[in-house]
Amino acid sequence: MTSDNDRRRGLLARLRGRPGAPSRGRRRLGAAVRLVAALMLAGGAYTVLAPGAAAQENPPLSSAAVDGKALFDVSCVTCHGRNAQGVEGRGPSLVGVGAASVEFQVSTGRMPMARQEAQAARKPEVFTRDEIDQLAAYVQELGGGPVVPAGDNLHADGNVAIGGELYRINCSQCHAFSGGGGALSSGKYAPSLAPATDRQIYSAMLSGPQNMPVFGDNQITPEQKADIIAYIQTTLKDDGDPGGLFNLGRYGPSTEGVAIFLVGIVALVFASLWIAGKS
Amino acid sequence: MKRRKFDVAAVPGNTARAVDERFQVSTPLRRLLNKVFPDHWSFLLGEIALFSFIVLLLTGVFLTFFFEPTMTEVIYNGSYAPLRGTPMSAAYASTLDISFDVRGGLIMRQMHHWAALLFMAAIVVHMLRVFFTGAFRKPRETNWIIGSLLFWVGFLAGFTGYSLPDDGLSGTGLRIASAIMLSIPVIGSWVTAAVFNGEFPGTIIISRFFIAHVLLIPGLLVALITVHLGLVFKQKHTQWPGPGRTNGNVVGERMFPRYAIKQGGFFMVVFGVIALMGGLFQINPVWLFGPYEAWVVSAASQPDWYVMFLDGSTRLMPDWEITIPIGEGYVIPPLFWPTVVLPGILVAISLLYPFMEARHLKDYRSHNLLQRPRDVPFRTGLGAMAVTFYVILTLSGANDVIADKFHISLNAMTWAGRIGLLLLPPLAYYVTYRICLGLQQHDREVLAHGVETGIIRRLPDGRFVEVHQPLSAGDGHGELDYVGWVVPKKMNRLGALGPAIRGFFYPIERPAEAPVSPGHPPVEPRPEREEITSGDTRP
Repeated sequence: MTSDNDRRRGLLARLRGRPGAPSRGRRRLGAAVRLVAALMLAGGAYTVLAPGAAAQENPPLSSAAVDGKALFDVSCVTCHGRNAQGVEGRGPSLVGVGAASVEFQVSTGRMPMARQEAQAARKPEVFTRDEIDQLAAYVQELGGGPVVPAGDNLHADGNVAIGGELYRINCSQCHAFSGGGGALSSGKYAPSLAPATDRQIYSAMLSGPQNMPVFGDNQITPEQKADIIAYIQTTLKDDGDPGGLFNLGRYGPSTEGVAIFLVGIVALVFASLWIAGKS
Repeated sequence: MKRRKFDVAAVPGNTARAVDERFQVSTPLRRLLNKVFPDHWSFLLGEIALFSFIVLLLTGVFLTFFFEPTMTEVIYNGSYAPLRGTPMSAAYASTLDISFDVRGGLIMRQMHHWAALLFMAAIVVHMLRVFFTGAFRKPRETNWIIGSLLFWVGFLAGFTGYSLPDDGLSGTGLRIASAIMLSIPVIGSWVTAAVFNGEFPGTIIISRFFIAHVLLIPGLLVALITVHLGLVFKQKHTQWPGPGRTNGNVVGERMFPRYAIKQGGFFMVVFGVIALMGGLFQINPVWLFGPYEAWVVSAASQPDWYVMFLDGSTRLMPDWEITIPIGEGYVIPPLFWPTVVLPGILVAISLLYPFMEARHLKDYRSHNLLQRPRDVPFRTGLGAMAVTFYVILTLSGANDVIADKFHISLNAMTWAGRIGLLLLPPLAYYVTYRICLGLQQHDREVLAHGVETGIIRRLPDGRFVEVHQPLSAGDGHGELDYVGWVVPKKMNRLGALGPAIRGFFYPIERPAEAPVSPGHPPVEPRPEREEITSGDTRP
């Protein structure tokens, strides 16, 4: 502490010019030199730290991203605008949405969109796996954002019990207890999870497409995401419906009510017609 | 050694004599066994409800052997892996055990649930039959009231049973029930606190619902059903009008042996249908809902179909909150109207309908003959109106599933339900009324002019007339009175075809003879058949 203070005092003293008594002209010269040095320092720092205007115009895209940009300029530019900056009233900016968002939207066929409506629906995908990767690379290099981990099986070490609890707390409000999906307001909906792959579920959680909230890694950790995917992929899809051959779509009591009238009552009314006809 | 001869054929007689000598039952039994029941398929609908109630009792008793009705928290460690290690109530854990670890437990649980749905469905269908045929009229108003009460008590039985497994779905339903109770002005919070023993969900509600579900409500149901059937015996069953049937007699089959055997067979059929549904159709997969937690609510959380109309009325109700300026303001929540007031009105109307109709028609006589729906257009119209109202509410109760699966906006579904609830019932009344009048008019027309034969005759002046077969002798005008029973409208019904052979389901009709070709001489008509003459020669 003391040594620090000493050194500091010495420095200040030297700056004030205590030792000795320099001439007036020499003091003025020193001030001028110091001013020039400070200006150069500030200017230099600005030049180094500030993003160059020229660099923004031409980002050094990787080769995959260049291919992706070519695809983008053909298929996506109408709505998302040049350099993916968005078009007012047509499509949002894609700067910063990340590869996860591209992966979800394009691999489920939602993008390119057929038309503007309440919500983009899943349909047969337009791009191949490689093309999706190229588009994802392009959007990723535009402004960063969340990325899905590599690999097709993202639930290898997931725990279905934890995943089930997390699913019921976070997902079942919209996607329903069975993963069959559900309605939201004004024609929007949470889609069925039946056709979704591991990567699509993971990217959806990361990017929060359409009406879905974002479940970032600080809310649901990557391990928990693996648990949830494990629950969806193994328990919800492959439990084999122990209760019977027909699961009635697992839509809850509404289809059960339909079944009791269409099957139970109809069968028994025919039985009563038959019995009464035998008099 | 002398062998004693054992006469097998004499055993029933000897046994019966032995019983009668001790208990003197032959006189009352003879009366009972000779009781005559009219036979018509629509009279068997109530039996579906009765038989599914028996299945409910049998399967329910099985379930009580394994169900643990407490809310004690346990850690599940059964054979359903995706829930292992999850904390849950003992009620839910034992439901999972019934489903996965008890032999035959899952099919028993599913049969119990399907039988419950069938019980309520059969009650409603039976009630519609009774309503549309006027079977509730004097002297049977009491039985109509008991039948209506059976629906509402069955409703309670269903709801308490739905709540017992303590899974995510049933807990959500229970939460809604507690909200409904809370919405009642003044007494709401006391009622809720009394039922749940404090704040929702408390720790005792499952035990209370259990005793209500397995003892109190079934006891009430058994009592009501007994009185219901006893009154059918005492007041005798209604019958359709027709040849030989009057307001003062009953034409049908004796209770024993034919009617009893048929009913026994029908019980087996109902049991079989329930067992098939329990085995083939998965119902209420509680393992997917997870244990009930207040913060877990799944999409498509609906009650069973007979409660769904209340869910629908709640979904359609606008958010009209009434604040009464007493003290700091007393609020009547909008939930109160669709879930307390509406069912209250429905119960009152359904109980009092026989008296309201008798008063309206000034008809205080006893009626043992049924009426065809077309003959009382206003009642049929009212019934259609009520059914439309109920169906719209029920569909609205599932409007999120319908909106999602048929790609309709949920908001559009809600507004369609609101507007439909006001517009469609009167429309249904009008359309039904007109259809009834049309059907009646056609019956009268056939009675007056005869049955269409399909033969077109050309008159000498070149006109074409259709030949009608009159139903009576004479000139065919006004000979037959309209009595409210089926009028034959096809020549086949008048014996134009040869005698029908009894088929498995319907009589098999055979063409009488070989077809007449134009070049051949006409085939002689068979002597027992009447000649077809022109009904009239209208221009």
